[in-house]
Amino acid sequence: MFTRYTAALAALLLVSAAPFAQAADKPTDPQIAHIAYTAGVLDIEAAKQAIKTSKNKEVVAFAKDMERDHEAVNKQALDLVKKLKVKPEDNATSQALTKAAEEERAKLAKLKGAAFDKAYIENEVAYHKQVNGALETLLIPSASNAELKSLLETGLKIFQGHEQHAEHVAGMLK
Amino acid sequence: MKSGALIRLSWLAVLALAAAPAQAATIEVTIDKLVFSPATIEAKVGDTIEWVNRDLIAHTATVKGGWEVMIPPKKSASLTLKTAGAVDYFCRFHPNMKGHVNVAP
Repeated sequence: MFTRYTAALAALLLVSAAPFAQAADKPTDPQIAHIAYTAGVLDIEAAKQAIKTSKNKEVVAFAKDMERDHEAVNKQALDLVKKLKVKPEDNATSQALTKAAEEERAKLAKLKGAAFDKAYIENEVAYHKQVNGALETLLIPSASNAELKSLLETGLKIFQGHEQHAEHVAGMLK
Repeated sequence: MKSGALIRLSWLAVLALAAAPAQAATIEVTIDKLVFSPATIEAKVGDTIEWVNRDLIAHTATVKGGWEVMIPPKKSASLTLKTAGAVDYFCRFHPNMKGHVNVAP
């Protein structure tokens, strides 16, 4: 029992820590902007896959909510970097996030029906948890521009809402 | 006689005032950065709640098993309260947003 929990926890930590573990140094504002924007784009792509694949009303509605919110937040982020004249800078964390999302998308592409719905929603819970953890412990504390920090803080509240929303939908699928 | 009629009339006026329903009010709740403010409101049946959404994303005010109001980004939406009682509401898109309404009869 104990071993099983430990193993599960280790696996969870491994999954959730992986993309951000490479950013040992404090990211700069241009890198933070890139990471936040990339995280949004990846969730929009996941949402598009779900809208196309799922037949479940709740799952499709959730995916549409994700697409709408993340597009709105990313538009705000783009407006802000333009205003601040910050050029988002690609970095190891953005690349690791993108790679992980590509793998997840390939995995989901092989699934249909209830199996797809379950895998998509479970990944949405895990993904938001991971991004929220990174926002709280790394990105927000590292941001030096006050407006960028404020946008990230609002983003965190939105994505914490998404995490709870995803957990609710996951509960309905059981 | 004259003064008696006057007294009766004024009594009628008092009764009419007491019987007329209290004027319905509009209570404004602001949504800013995913916070309903004020979080708790006191209302009565017939009052209207108007939610003013200052965020760039859509929200809802949803009572589980009850009413739901959609509040588009940068827009307002309202609801007239029909039943008395205390209800908790939340945003269906962001369940971490919570509000409470006490509706007096």
